[in-house]
Amino acid sequence: MSLMPDRAGRSYRRARPAQRRTAPAALAAPALLGFAFLLLPLIALLIRAPWSGMTRILSQQAVASALKLSLIAASLATVFSLLLGVPVAWVLARMQFPGRSGLRALVTVPLVLPPVVGGVALLSSLGRNGVLGRYLDQWFGVTLPFTTPAVVIAETFVAMPFLIVSVEGALRSSDQGLEEAARTLGASRLTVFRRVTLPAVGPSILAGSVLCWARAMGEFGATITFAGNFPGTTQTMPSLIYIALETDPDAAIALSLVLLVVAVLVLALLRDRWVRPGNTV
Amino acid sequence: MSGAWEPSRADESNNLAVHAVVSRGEFTLDVEFEVLPGEVLAVLGPNGAGKTTLLRVLSGLSPLESGYLRLGGQSLDEPARNVFVPSEQRPVGLVFQNYRLFPNLSVLDNVAFAPRSNGSGRRVSRSVAGQWLDRLGLVELAGRRPHQLSGGQAQRVALARALAADPVLLLLDEPLSALDARTRLEVRGELRRHLADFAGPTLLVTHDPLEAMMMADRLLVIEGGRVVQQGTPAEVARHPSTQYVARLVGLNLYEGTAETPATTVPDATTLASGSAASGSVASGSVALDGGGSLIAAPEEAMAGRVLVSVRPSSVSLHPHRPEAGSPRNVWSGRIKGFELLADRVRVEVVGEPDALVDITPAALAELGLVEGSLVWLSVKATEVEVYPAG
Repeated sequence: MSLMPDRAGRSYRRARPAQRRTAPAALAAPALLGFAFLLLPLIALLIRAPWSGMTRILSQQAVASALKLSLIAASLATVFSLLLGVPVAWVLARMQFPGRSGLRALVTVPLVLPPVVGGVALLSSLGRNGVLGRYLDQWFGVTLPFTTPAVVIAETFVAMPFLIVSVEGALRSSDQGLEEAARTLGASRLTVFRRVTLPAVGPSILAGSVLCWARAMGEFGATITFAGNFPGTTQTMPSLIYIALETDPDAAIALSLVLLVVAVLVLALLRDRWVRPGNTV
Repeated sequence: MSGAWEPSRADESNNLAVHAVVSRGEFTLDVEFEVLPGEVLAVLGPNGAGKTTLLRVLSGLSPLESGYLRLGGQSLDEPARNVFVPSEQRPVGLVFQNYRLFPNLSVLDNVAFAPRSNGSGRRVSRSVAGQWLDRLGLVELAGRRPHQLSGGQAQRVALARALAADPVLLLLDEPLSALDARTRLEVRGELRRHLADFAGPTLLVTHDPLEAMMMADRLLVIEGGRVVQQGTPAEVARHPSTQYVARLVGLNLYEGTAETPATTVPDATTLASGSAASGSVASGSVALDGGGSLIAAPEEAMAGRVLVSVRPSSVSLHPHRPEAGSPRNVWSGRIKGFELLADRVRVEVVGEPDALVDITPAALAELGLVEGSLVWLSVKATEVEVYPAG
């Protein structure tokens, strides 16, 4: 996972502080440009932020409900991802069956799929005329699209693979010898999972959850396609920002700052020792 | 195997009876043996002989392809009858080579793991674990984490953890190989005492002959997935049946065909000159497969395929062809290499036959031997052991 802090790199830098070399111009110039390209937009957000009108913007009813919905939906999406994703990761990492590698690839498709396409895919499966949605409607009178649950579903669909990839990687690199030892000591498969496997991959589950939650917070494409953008019921922070940009650009910037703060907090969490993947202390 | 070990039928209440057949690609393990309650069987073999596969099968981590595995009359794995008892339900304790202690649990909770898994509550499990720690003298380590243990301590904790499951069959995978030499010595004696206390059959896998000889009542040597020899340590050491075992116990071993002489007088034409000096000793000549021949003074007449063993210390080296004396085998060879042992030098000589020869460092200096030197070798017929092959 490229998003994870590089532990080895850090210790290398710490171990050899004296080695500081000058970069050749052919690399230094594009690197500087790259840094500027990545940082300038963020700095612009800070410069253009309507600091004086901040409280007015953030105290609006629409903002409060969008922020609340975003927090609740992202958290629920993370919970569902944990409930479904950890078992998926376990099956992919521990079970032997034909087509496993194909299934692993398919499960992670949402990682690279354009979110809008994910939204369309959700509509065609769970929409009123969808493959499954049709029967939900006919038999139970349940329609999912453009409801608050649809927000959670869209976010779960897009964010769960982050958790799966993180946990599956940890499971595959974790010491299966310990699980074997537990079995020879009379532990059932479930006990092995609970008392040996989970503690071993706990840090990775935590890290994967944080990533998953962050991805769900920022989800826009699939959500707006599958759930719409109705204030109060399906309007999340990203959707609100998208609308605000047309009517009140200052508000859009202010709201973006809020999400930027959230993102920075998440990064800080990930860098912190207790959620570093592979850390067993 | 001739001279195969026969278990006493009277005492098989909790014996282990195994016929294990497992394939791993090109490799096939196919071994058959029994272990009695209270008996320690050492499975000895080179890397890749199938020792680890055997342990996995016995502990239920891998299934058998065919054959059977019975413990105290109860079938644990028998494909023909569709029986397979999974690892967690077998009364089998396994001490892993690298111990595999749970890093997130204290020593006490590691040892309490098995009672906990068998449904006991936390308090009961910990009290059971405490008793085992007490028995193995580990009480003061109870609160430590595995990473705070030395190798010898971890080994003892792993044993305590396995015993706390109250197994009928105890398996040990290279129990001392992860320890440094000094700790090994200390743990070996202690482990031997604990194994003597264990009532069920014990199977110990090792590639260290010393470990096998010192801890086991009986050895089972496997090579390439097959049993090549079994017997008491003394028997195996005296009459190795393969090059591997011979090397382990430090013997020269040759395969050949015994030629029963028509008379007691050896046929001088088949022998190295000088060996036929006397016809008064009943001796048999063995034509060796790799070329050359050796004369032995067997207690009984041998015929057909035989093995011949010669101790490296009973071979003498000479700079020139030795004068004819008592009946002896004399041949020449070239020095291929030297190996310094504790108090002597092992000389590798290429000839017909090849031989390892142990001489003192003083003798080495006196003879002025270097690699490639031409030397003469001699062995008394009484120092040549002949026994039936297979």
